[in-house]
Amino acid sequence: MATAYTPPEEGWATEPIERTEIIWIVLALSWCLFMFGWMIAWHWIGNQNMNNEAYRTTPEAYAKKVEDFTAKYTVRQDASDPSLPVVAPPPGSDVYLAASRWQWRPVLEFQKGKSYRVHISSLDWQHGFALLPENINFQAYPGYEQVITMTPNKTGTFGIACNEFCGIGHHIMLGRIYVKE
Amino acid sequence: MAITTAQSPFRIDPLTGMRIDLKAQALVKINAVLAVVFLLVGGAAGLLVALTRWPAVHLLPADLFYMALTAHGVVALMVWIIFFEMAVIYFCASTVLSCRLATPGWAWVQVVLMTVGAAITAVAILQGNSSVMMTSYVPMDAAPHFYLGLILFAVGALIGCFVFLGTLVIAKEEQTYKGSLPLTVYGCLIAVIIAIFTIASGAIILIPTFLWSLGLIESIDPMMYRVIWWAFGHSSQQINVTAHITIWYTVASLAFGAKPMSEKVSRTAFLLYILFLQLGSVHHLLSDPGMSSAYKIFNTSYMMYMAVLASMIHGLTVPGAIEVAQRRNGYNNGLFEWLRKCPWGNPVFACTILSIIIFGFIGGITGVTMSVEQVNMIIHNTIYVPGHFHGTVAGGTTLAFMGLTYYLIPVLFQRELILPWLAKIQPWLFGIGIAVFGVALMGAGTLGVPRRHHDMTFAGQALSFEWPGMAYMMMAVGEIGGVVSVVGGAAFCVIVVGSILVGKKVPADAKCIVAPHADRNADKHIGMGGFEAPGTFVLALTLFVCLVLYYFINFKYLATVWTLA
Repeated sequence: MATAYTPPEEGWATEPIERTEIIWIVLALSWCLFMFGWMIAWHWIGNQNMNNEAYRTTPEAYAKKVEDFTAKYTVRQDASDPSLPVVAPPPGSDVYLAASRWQWRPVLEFQKGKSYRVHISSLDWQHGFALLPENINFQAYPGYEQVITMTPNKTGTFGIACNEFCGIGHHIMLGRIYVKE
Repeated sequence: MAITTAQSPFRIDPLTGMRIDLKAQALVKINAVLAVVFLLVGGAAGLLVALTRWPAVHLLPADLFYMALTAHGVVALMVWIIFFEMAVIYFCASTVLSCRLATPGWAWVQVVLMTVGAAITAVAILQGNSSVMMTSYVPMDAAPHFYLGLILFAVGALIGCFVFLGTLVIAKEEQTYKGSLPLTVYGCLIAVIIAIFTIASGAIILIPTFLWSLGLIESIDPMMYRVIWWAFGHSSQQINVTAHITIWYTVASLAFGAKPMSEKVSRTAFLLYILFLQLGSVHHLLSDPGMSSAYKIFNTSYMMYMAVLASMIHGLTVPGAIEVAQRRNGYNNGLFEWLRKCPWGNPVFACTILSIIIFGFIGGITGVTMSVEQVNMIIHNTIYVPGHFHGTVAGGTTLAFMGLTYYLIPVLFQRELILPWLAKIQPWLFGIGIAVFGVALMGAGTLGVPRRHHDMTFAGQALSFEWPGMAYMMMAVGEIGGVVSVVGGAAFCVIVVGSILVGKKVPADAKCIVAPHADRNADKHIGMGGFEAPGTFVLALTLFVCLVLYYFINFKYLATVWTLA
């Protein structure tokens, strides 16, 4: 006469398992094994993966890279905010994007179908790269530089919100990427 | 041995026939009462958050919003739940095993430390310079006493864990039970083992962070912080899951006389949590720099899926045990007669069944999907994440704890519930509110709406961004669900506090409320097609199909975004 709150009857460890449970366990375990394989397989069969390329850096060193990158490829000032340079790097090049309280800099301009090695890092606290409306999200640390090769597959104006809380101005933090034909 | 041998006075509870150590009873009561008080505080903060993220209301200014959100996370996710867990482990170790509680003096130290710790952190948050969210990611800094309060709180919880373990030693020594531990106590033991690992991880990261906030340590690496913090943060959710599943099993037995379908299967499933889940906490770091894909995949997929397997097993065996008991008790017709004849108006049962459904269908399915390395990229840190974990922690854990509270008020406080009509609808208010909140926020998150964000309109930003109308609608619907769940939570607090203060005394000759063992009809032929629990099996298959479909829908959506490599 066992329940959950009384000790189990003697021999509980050798009691046969009922059919409902056996079939369910086999089914659930098979699915777990499938998901394990699928996550690995997507690295080959899928086009959306993290390559997990990352480097140690410092906020000062990274700020310098962003500055040099901006100086080299600025094409115009942004129409919405003339204080912001719009940077159009050549396809295949390294792109440096910096998060700081509370901005994503610089504004970028990409070409559809071309690949860019986008570096992401923070100059102060932790931030979150959130490409809208695509909804692609990465964590940004200070002192670590993450590289993701991005290939836009549609044209338009994309926002970059911050989705890691970074203080009182977190919700006004917004960057931009233009994608042209 | 250091254990005191003085005998505690006991009473025999008329409602359950259980032998209750009066010293343990006082400690269970104080922990439960403090838990409910903090639930009230956490719920109030949650209401402010919901009313601010509801776009048309947008109640609080940014500084107060981030303060309320920090308070809501700390109080509702940590303080309420861990106080209640202390009540649960003391109750299970002493009352379920008919044993006196080990070192009640130390248990009071637990109560004091946790209360003082929670109060210190609460003060730090309310002072306004510690709006760092529950996770307090470095190098964002809070006031030193924000961390100090959390450390004291954790030390208190650790003492509670050792009181539990000491009580098991006494029970074994004094032979208050025969054979193996009951499943209820075994589940608590699993939770306590995970808790000790969790608190150790918390100490490893919060103590240096406290020293850093005092200026004694120069810097804390952000990646190290996140790796260790989540060994604490996620494992603490695993304590909650283990505790609420233990409560599911216990309520199934108390309310239906159910016997676990297979002790062996249920115990092995609990063991899987200890073996695998802590490493699974890496699923919080899937979009972070600095860790390899192999590391991410090994920990989230290999490790976590074994824990997922455990939850899928419990998700079948608890309703399965109820079904078998109901069938043995005569409701053996068709697939679902047993379910129709369940006491849906009884808040203990309603809380438990809603907890099982919400945890499985809302928290579980989405949790498995979002912790895929690649799918995580389209979910990480969006409002989808709070949608998911309100399904597990509010819909799963909090609702299960509410159900057990309804059972324990007459037993421990010896008071009848006041406002029985309200108690009847309360689980539905809270459960449906949380379900709507979870699903709608996940919808908004799929559109990219960020979490922990004061103003999705980006007002005042020259680089504007226009959301689709659906994003605003999802946020509104979700937060209305959130407000409904707060109303349900407030109703719970009113019933609990009111019953304790002014509820009718349970008479000494009250009738036993524990269901007779369904096992006495063990020779009865039950079930269909060779299955003892065919209805549960069909429900589990439904969950399975939803999970598989949802998993692939997310991959289909993922395949449409920019190419990433």
